Amino acid sequence: MADQQRGRAGADLSTAGPRPAWSPSPLQLDRDRHRRRAGVRSAVVAALSTVVFGVVLVLAITSTPGWPRIQASFLVPSSAWAAVPDVARGLWLNLRIMVVCAAVVFVLGLSVAVLRTLRGAVFAPVRWLATAYTDLFRGLPLILVLLLVGYGVPGLRLQGLPGDPVFYGCIALVLTYTAYVAEVLRAGIESVHPSQRAAARALGLGHAATLRFVVLPQAVRRVLPALLNDLVSLQKDSGLVSVLGVVDAIRAAQILTAKEGNFTPYLVAGAFFVLLTIPMARVTDAVARRWGAPGTGGAV
Amino acid sequence: MSGGAALLSMRGVRKAFGRTVVLDGLDLDVDAHRCVVLIGASGSGKSTLLRCVNLLETVDDGVVEFEGRDIADPRIDADAVRARTGIVFQSFNLFPHLSVLDNVTLAPRRVHGVARAEAEDRAVAMLRRVGLQDKVRARPDELSGGQQQRVAIARSLVNDPVLMLFDEVTSALDPELVAEVLGLLRELREDGMTMLVATHEMGFARRVADEVCFLHGGRVLERGAPQQVLGEPVEPRTQEFLRSIVAAGRM
Ligand SMILES: Nc1ncnc2c1ncn2[C@@H]1O[C@H](COP(=O)(O)OP(=O)(O)OP(=O)(O)O)[C@@H](O)[C@H]1O
Ligand SMILES: [Mg+2]
Repeated sequence: MADQQRGRAGADLSTAGPRPAWSPSPLQLDRDRHRRRAGVRSAVVAALSTVVFGVVLVLAITSTPGWPRIQASFLVPSSAWAAVPDVARGLWLNLRIMVVCAAVVFVLGLSVAVLRTLRGAVFAPVRWLATAYTDLFRGLPLILVLLLVGYGVPGLRLQGLPGDPVFYGCIALVLTYTAYVAEVLRAGIESVHPSQRAAARALGLGHAATLRFVVLPQAVRRVLPALLNDLVSLQKDSGLVSVLGVVDAIRAAQILTAKEGNFTPYLVAGAFFVLLTIPMARVTDAVARRWGAPGTGGAV
Repeated sequence: MSGGAALLSMRGVRKAFGRTVVLDGLDLDVDAHRCVVLIGASGSGKSTLLRCVNLLETVDDGVVEFEGRDIADPRIDADAVRARTGIVFQSFNLFPHLSVLDNVTLAPRRVHGVARAEAEDRAVAMLRRVGLQDKVRARPDELSGGQQQRVAIARSLVNDPVLMLFDEVTSALDPELVAEVLGLLRELREDGMTMLVATHEMGFARRVADEVCFLHGGRVLERGAPQQVLGEPVEPRTQEFLRSIVAAGRM
C-alpha cells in the first residue's frame, strides 16, 4: 500500500492514518470460535450417529437365526488367511487389465464421440456406423460380449491372434466400455456452448484445432466425474474376465472355495476389490476437484 | 453524513483472498432511500464489497450492519438477509434454461412461497415496468444484452428488496442500452429505493448519486456529493483516477 502515509483530506474518514498490521478483532475471534464450534458439533453428531447405526446393524445381523451357519460358510478366519496370497496375485492381474483397458477405452471413446459429432452429409456413413456401434455395445450385457468374444473369436482360428484368454477378455471390456465412454464424451462435447466454437473459428482455428484446443478440454472437464465413475466401474468389471478361465482375483477365490469347502475366499476377493476402489474413488474426487470445476465455461 | 439511521453500515471491514487484501478496514454507510455510488480503479474491490454485503463472500473482520443487525455474524440466517437485498451482476447471470417469466418467478415461488398465479401476475407487472412485457415467454439467449440486464433487474426487484446492489450493470452493454438501463436505475432512485451502485459511468454518478465514494487501497479514500468528489476532488489519488477516466473519454 503505497498511499499509507498520505494525508486523507477527504470527508470525515474515521480510518485515516497509517495502518498497523492486521490482527483479528475480538469480534472476529468470537465469530471464528463459533464457526469452529459449529464444525466440531456437526462432526461429533455425525460420528455418534455412525457408531450407533453400525452397532445396531451388527447386533441385528448377528442375532438372526441363520447367523451361525452363515458364519461357518462365509467367515472362516483360517480360509480367509489361506486365500490372501492367491487372491492378491489375481488382483494384480485385474489391476493391469484395468489400466491397459482404461487407456485404450479413452482413446477409442474419444474417437467414436468425435465421429458422432461430425456434421455434414459427407460424414453421414461414419456417423451412422459410430451410432450403430454405441447402440449395440451399450445394449449387450458385458457377460455376453465376454463369452462371444472369448469363445467365438478364437474359434475362427485366425492366424496371428494370441491364444491368451486375457487378451479376449480385454477386447470385450474395451468394446463395451468404449461405447459407454463415447456417449459420456459426446454429451460433454455437445454441452460446450456454440459461442465457444464460434469464437475459436473467428480466431482462424480450423475444425480440428477448435476441437482439440477449445471444445475437448472443456468437454472432458465437464464430464470428468462421469468418466471417473466409468473407470471405477471398469475396475470392478475386470473381475468378469474370470468367466473365460483367466485366473484373476475372482477365479482364484473360486478355486480356493472348492478347496476350503466354504465361501470365505469370495469375501476376501470382495474386500480386496473394495479396498482398491476406495483409494481410487478418493483420488478421482481429488482429480475432479482440481481439474473439473474451474475452466468449464459459464460467466462469473 | 450521520450514523445511526443508516440502513447499511460497514465498519472496519476486511476481506482478503489468500495474500491479496482487497478490503482493508473499510467504512461505509448507506442511508435509507439514498443512492451511493462506488467508483474506483479496476481491481479496487467494488465487486468484492457488494458481494460481502450480499453474503456471497464472508468477511474476514469487521461489522456489516444491515437493518440494525450484524450480518457478518455466522449465527444469522444468510438466506433471510439475501431475501431482503437484491444484487444485479455485470454479466446478467440469468438462468439460461428458464424462460424470462420463470427467471423472474423463481425466487418468489421457491423462496417467498408466493402462489404461481400471483407470482406470475407480479412478474408480468415488473416486466412491464422494465419495458419487456412482450418478452415474457422468451428464453434469455433470445434477448439483447440490455433486455437481459433489465430482466435481471426485474428478477431482483420482484422480491421487494429494501436494498439493491448493482455491480457495473452497464459495462457489458453498448451506449444505447446503457442509457436504457441507467434510466431504469434512475427511476428506481426516484421511487425511493436504497441503492449501492458500482459503476464506471461518471455521468450516471453525477446525475443520480446522492453520494460518491472513491475506493482505493481497500478503503473509501474520498467521499461526498458527486459535484465535490467528481468536480473538485481533494485526494491526489482521486484526481489521478478522474484524469484517467477523462482521458478515456468516459466522463
Ligand atoms: N475469488 C477470488 N479469488 C482471488 N482473488 C479475487 C477473487 N475475487 C476477487 N479477487 C481479487 O480481488 C481484487 C478486487 O476484485 P474486484 O472484483 O472486487 O474488483 P473491482 O473493483 O470490482 O474491479 P472491476 O472494476 O474490474 O470490476 C482483485 O485484485 C481480484 O484479483
Ligand atoms: Mg467488478
